[in-house]
Amino acid sequence: MLQKKKFSDYSRSCIVTYAIVIAAFIIISVLKTMGMLSSLLSGLLVPVCAYIVAAIALNLTVGIMGELSLGHAGFMSVGCFSGVLVAQSLADVIPFAPVRLVVAMVIGALLAGVMGIIIGVPALRLKGDYLAIVTLAFGEIIKNLMQCVYVGKDVNGLHFGMKDQMALGMDAATGKMLINGPMGTVSVTKISTFTSGFVLILITLFLVFNFMNSRTGRAVMALRDNRIAAESVGIHSTKVKLIAFLFSAMLAGAAGALYGLNYSSIGPVKFDYNTSILILVFVVLGGIGNMRGSIIAAAILTVLPEMLREFSDYRMLAYAILLIVMMLANNSKFKKNFMEKRNLKQLERKEAAARKEATEHGNA
Amino acid sequence: MTFLSYLINGISLGSVYAIIALGYTMVYGIAKMLNFAHGDVIMVGAYVSFYATSLYGLPTWASVLVAAIVCTVLGVTIERLAYKPLRTAPSLAVLITAIGVSYFLQNAAQLAFGSSPIVFPSAVKFEGIRLFDGQLVISGITIVTVLACIVIMIALTLFINKTKMGRAMRAVSEDKGAAQLMGVNVNSTISMTFAIGSALAAIAGVLLCSAYPTLQPTTGSMPGIKAFTAAVFGGIGSIPGAMIGGLLLGVIQILGSAYISTQLSDAVVFAVLIVVLLVKPTGLMGKKMNEKV
Amino acid sequence: MAMLEVTDLGISFGGLRAVDALNMSIEKGGLVGLIGPNGAGKTTVFNMLTGVYRPTDGGIRLDGQNLVGVNPQKISHMGVARTFQNIRLFSGMSVLDNVKVGFDYSVRYPLVDSFLHIGSYRKREREMDERAIDILKEFDLDRQYDYKASNLPYGKQRKLEIARALATNPKLLLLDEPAAGMNPQETGELMETIQHVRKKYGVTILLIEHDMKLVSGICEYIYVLNFGRELAKGKPADVLNNPEVITAYLGE
Repeated sequence: MLQKKKFSDYSRSCIVTYAIVIAAFIIISVLKTMGMLSSLLSGLLVPVCAYIVAAIALNLTVGIMGELSLGHAGFMSVGCFSGVLVAQSLADVIPFAPVRLVVAMVIGALLAGVMGIIIGVPALRLKGDYLAIVTLAFGEIIKNLMQCVYVGKDVNGLHFGMKDQMALGMDAATGKMLINGPMGTVSVTKISTFTSGFVLILITLFLVFNFMNSRTGRAVMALRDNRIAAESVGIHSTKVKLIAFLFSAMLAGAAGALYGLNYSSIGPVKFDYNTSILILVFVVLGGIGNMRGSIIAAAILTVLPEMLREFSDYRMLAYAILLIVMMLANNSKFKKNFMEKRNLKQLERKEAAARKEATEHGNA
Repeated sequence: MTFLSYLINGISLGSVYAIIALGYTMVYGIAKMLNFAHGDVIMVGAYVSFYATSLYGLPTWASVLVAAIVCTVLGVTIERLAYKPLRTAPSLAVLITAIGVSYFLQNAAQLAFGSSPIVFPSAVKFEGIRLFDGQLVISGITIVTVLACIVIMIALTLFINKTKMGRAMRAVSEDKGAAQLMGVNVNSTISMTFAIGSALAAIAGVLLCSAYPTLQPTTGSMPGIKAFTAAVFGGIGSIPGAMIGGLLLGVIQILGSAYISTQLSDAVVFAVLIVVLLVKPTGLMGKKMNEKV
Repeated sequence: MAMLEVTDLGISFGGLRAVDALNMSIEKGGLVGLIGPNGAGKTTVFNMLTGVYRPTDGGIRLDGQNLVGVNPQKISHMGVARTFQNIRLFSGMSVLDNVKVGFDYSVRYPLVDSFLHIGSYRKREREMDERAIDILKEFDLDRQYDYKASNLPYGKQRKLEIARALATNPKLLLLDEPAAGMNPQETGELMETIQHVRKKYGVTILLIEHDMKLVSGICEYIYVLNFGRELAKGKPADVLNNPEVITAYLGE
């Protein structure tokens, strides 16, 4: 009885989410081949995928772990620049683009993960709002640092510098800039595709849902709900939180690599505080802890503003108001009463079902 | 001599950080929340002062006063509308709201004042003093900033320790529930805290923009974050801690940009934050809080 | 030697001496009560036993192993579990998952299996499900295994806390006012459950309780705490008739 019921309870919501993603992919692919998608929309497909993955990653930190990160754009940045660098420099070694993209995403994720550990170790030991401020600081540091990174490639191999293009001393004939300080990535071969974005979303969902339904995932949620009780049953809070944060950072890194390989050029300023807030808006609007909500919110809020360009001045202001109103509404008395009533109804239904089952059992 | 002048610059910048950090630390101590929008109140203060002078020709002292009043009203309004309904909500919800408010102020300012930076005329007119045959110049704004910081520090300490409202603040910071039972009006005490913090932010805004004369809607956010770093450095919740943290951070930033790299001076400041959190998470003067089980 | 040896235990918060020179000795398999008026320092003793507070002086030994200065999760691994006076459940999680969190140390599988649901994942999860349902049955909570913990009625929440504590497979179980807020009938059931669970899982129990019916009904030995100091100890019948204890409870 337990196994059967458990399946329906836990997996139903996951299956619905997978179904929505797959259905959306099929519909959009069909529209695209039929030429019914405007160039504006088809240009947005990869960024939407990247933002969806980033939103799921942040939701892992905010919704599952109960901590706030304001530096997820920083992780995307690390993933983007390292991923682009890898993809560009391996162009001759791995000519097959999809494999190169996978390698780029893996490297992007790994480096973002390293950053996640560097930040997570000091910040996650502390209680309170420290993670938010440390991740914010980290995002700024990454932005500053990336603005002084110069990488070029010539016949002799890769050249790194922190000063300017000239200082790299590249061979004039074969030299080519890969990352050019404040200009960011330059003349990137675009290898991200909608299909690759879709596959990344599926992999992300698979890993995240599995994680949430494993002993480590449960431990993270237990810490979120009550740290003292979780420690009293033997949960190692720092270790478990670090695992979740590392995972979240790695997903954001992979999203960054996907994003970066969709544009011929991206500057470090793209991944600033505003982008971190944007991802947070996706998470809050979609419902904290609700992965499906993050997907839908990320998709709508990426596509909609592009279609309503004339209102772009008011867009950020609208996001700010959205954040405040969502939080106030979520914690209002009205909502609490509503939820209580709904819970009560659900309980009554469950009790009735249990009674029915019991009598049937008795009859049998 | 150059080192000395860097040091003086650092102390000047640090004094501004200290004034901002006081606002953070008071609100954190009393309302137990990180008021992310505090840095943006600085920006609003600077804009108000700028327009009061340039449009209405008010004298400097009056423009600062107007800025302080506007910011006080703004701070109290923000608290009433956005934070008060969330007194019992989880801290994550309060934090996200505060970020929303910060983001709102920045974008509203962008619509109201435009996003291009304006040149802010210094609020301090006198030249400053020259020492050692002009080898060391201490500018007027430096002197005023440091003096303002000292005066504010003393006034605030007296206010907290000697007045009835100050006593109420200390009580609320210790135990909100108990303070309420003892007849302290918790809501008005928290409002008062926001009012003082925001007025200080306005003053800090004018001082900051007088020393670094560009003003744009995002002007407040970086100094705000750094002042928060200063408050954490000194021990959040502690008033002398905010002071010491602010001064140290200002000096570290100026020396870092002089001797390490200008572009990476922010990175140096945040690296300090991470090291402090690793070594002494409660800050220099912070006290360890015991959670009730 | 006794299972739990507490010697000259004391703790100060600033100038306040919350617990002073407390000595306790609990034999394996015992069911011991810790009583005293409000504010006597009973919960503080629990907090010291579980590593939440570090005692200022004195020693705590569990089967000869030192517990002073050991962090809460290690103490849990060493075999001490507890419930809380103000209920601390994982309120957003299901009843079943609340108990399964308790298995975190005893039933494990590698992190890779967590992410990919391969290897021993299925086997271990099924093992946890079965053991969790077994424990929930003791508390008549098994049919509500998929309820959100915060949706349970108050009395059941208290029981779920005990179930979660039992899942850590403890040698010593600390119950902080398990019957608080229960009516006499529920308390009666709880007494039976505690007795039964003690036998079935072979745990030693130390409990804080104000319900004297429960204390005298099931405890074999009682320590009375007043103003952080030991006021009396002994068999329930003797202690509860001790005039000093009566005065402490009823006031002068």
